[in-house]
Amino acid sequence: MIDGNETGFSRRTFLASGTVATAAVPLAAQAKGRTMDQAAAVRAETGVPITLRINGGNHRVTVDPRTTLLDTLRERLGLTGAKKGCDQGQCGACTVHVDGRATLSCLTLAVAAQGRDITTIEGLAAADGTLHPMQAAFVDNDAFQCGYCTPGQIMSAIAIVHDGHANDANTIREAMSGNLCRCAAYPNIVAAIEQAAVQMKRG
Amino acid sequence: MRPFTYTLADDAPAAVRQATVPADAHVRAPVQLMGGGTTLLDLMKLDVMRPDAVIDITPLATARYGNIEASTTELRLGALVRMSDAAEDPAVVRYYPVIAQSLGLAASQQLRNMARLGGNALQRTRCNYFRDTSYAQCNKRNPGSGCAAIDGFNRLHAVLGTSDHCIASYPGDFAQALIALDATVEILSAGGARSMRFADLHRLPGSTPHIETSLAPGEMITAYVIPAGPWTRRSTYTKVRDRESYAFALASAAVALDMDGATVRSARIALGGVATVPWRATEAEALLSGKPLDETSATRAAEAAFAGAKTHEHNAYKVPLGKATLVRALLTAQAMEL
Ligand SMILES: Cc1cc2nc3c(=O)[nH]c(=O)nc-3n(C[C@H](O)[C@H](O)[C@H](O)COP(=O)(O)OP(=O)(O)OC[C@H]3O[C@@H](n4cnc5c(N)ncnc54)[C@H](O)[C@@H]3O)c2cc1C
Ligand code: SF4
Ligand code: FES
Ligand code: FES
Repeated sequence: MIDGNETGFSRRTFLASGTVATAAVPLAAQAKGRTMDQAAAVRAETGVPITLRINGGNHRVTVDPRTTLLDTLRERLGLTGAKKGCDQGQCGACTVHVDGRATLSCLTLAVAAQGRDITTIEGLAAADGTLHPMQAAFVDNDAFQCGYCTPGQIMSAIAIVHDGHANDANTIREAMSGNLCRCAAYPNIVAAIEQAAVQMKRG
Repeated sequence: MRPFTYTLADDAPAAVRQATVPADAHVRAPVQLMGGGTTLLDLMKLDVMRPDAVIDITPLATARYGNIEASTTELRLGALVRMSDAAEDPAVVRYYPVIAQSLGLAASQQLRNMARLGGNALQRTRCNYFRDTSYAQCNKRNPGSGCAAIDGFNRLHAVLGTSDHCIASYPGDFAQALIALDATVEILSAGGARSMRFADLHRLPGSTPHIETSLAPGEMITAYVIPAGPWTRRSTYTKVRDRESYAFALASAAVALDMDGATVRSARIALGGVATVPWRATEAEALLSGKPLDETSATRAAEAAFAGAKTHEHNAYKVPLGKATLVRALLTAQAMEL
């Protein structure tokens, strides 16, 4: 298999390696840079080799064009931080950053994410393991219960601080409304974001 | 999802040429342009839409299609502008608040980051019988099959512009701002560029609910042009939902007023959440024209706006809710400090 998984062995890559090798028939042409004049567009059954830039590293993977960015991250690249809640754009559990913008990876095709800078929850902590201020604030404020929605919450939270939407509890609640929490940890999530916003603005 | 070919567009006329293939309805067209994909991929996963080919037009945003251009006479919004960028553009916020608010109150931050203005106006109804292919009856999805909603669960369905064939409500918000402000939509066809009134874009369901717009298959929306007027600054969008954020409108109103003191010179009113298409409330506008605006006249206008309402088992509440929403929008616009 040609997954350029730089995160090392995981349960997911192990599972994927059993099933993917036969499906991945590399095509000569890359989807990226393909122009309208080139007759052969990327056809589903064959699969297409793509390169995704995730958390600063390039990952080569061959995907069926139907594959979402979420499934590629989770099932092919061992990056299982982004979660699948609804797979229909309704819950925010799959939120990642694409070129710095909070984006739903379940409604993004992997082929369409080439050439973009993708950041997932796995890319936030420093190399020495120091948590991002937003991650630390979620811990400090007990801003989760089961934790399933948390990676998506944190990715959205960082984006709304950068976008200038984390001014007070009301703007935070509005800007975070695309991230549902079945455990209803909302008050603590808002408190965590208020705390981290101050630290992130200080730099 | 069924197999499809994915192509990245680098040239608008070529994309339109490739997408121009015969189809009886856009929802069934075998080639689909893709902006943010937030409607298209969702409906493809649900097997409601089954294109053979998807043409990703987002690279065209680097051309004029991705620009917001505000002059003293008009606002031009490229079809590939992101909802979030238009909602927060300083000129749009200040001079066309109804547009900024209609976009800012829609969907979620993530969806607004992804979705583009061209696809936004073309988003499809959230009628559950349309979205769930296990229901055999849906004239919009499967022409001639009947309508499961008319005798089904129709709490979210329309009360204006319905027919015996479809009562699905138009779900979007931005379109109400565009129709209220007399926008024009610019279109690229295989034969060249054309434009039409935004009011002519969406079609009433009538006996052909599967034909939702006046666009021919393959035609691409390239921009919306909104003329500036004394009413554009005094404009607002009021949206009422089941929850305060991240939900479609049960009832909404886009209002733009040209006032002479307390008297209305002209009112522009569109209603959302209650109608099958973006709905211009011309009777209400006519009643207000030249009259003082207060709660009484606003209520009279709202009565007129819903005079033709036709309700079903679960959606009668939309008539009083829609009226109250319009009254609130009118009084909010009047009270705006410019
Ligand atoms: C959970 C959820 C909640 C939402 N809530 C709201 C809400 O509250 N209010 C609201 O208004 N919307 C809401 N939406 C809908 C959302 O705003 C639309 O899905 C989005 O605006 C569509 O834009 P897009 O670029 O993603 O379109 P796409 O999905 O890319 O395209 C939609 C359709 O339009 C066609 N198309 C796209 N661009 C063009 C073009 N330039 N010319 C011609 N055809 C084109 C495509 O072929 C396709 O058929 C919600 C969506 C979700 C998933
Ligand atoms: S209301 Fe329209 S979309 Fe819904 S089931 Fe009836 S025909 Fe289909
Ligand atoms: S999994 Fe993407 S929004 Fe729910
Ligand atoms: S912590 Fe359980 S869903 Fe949010």
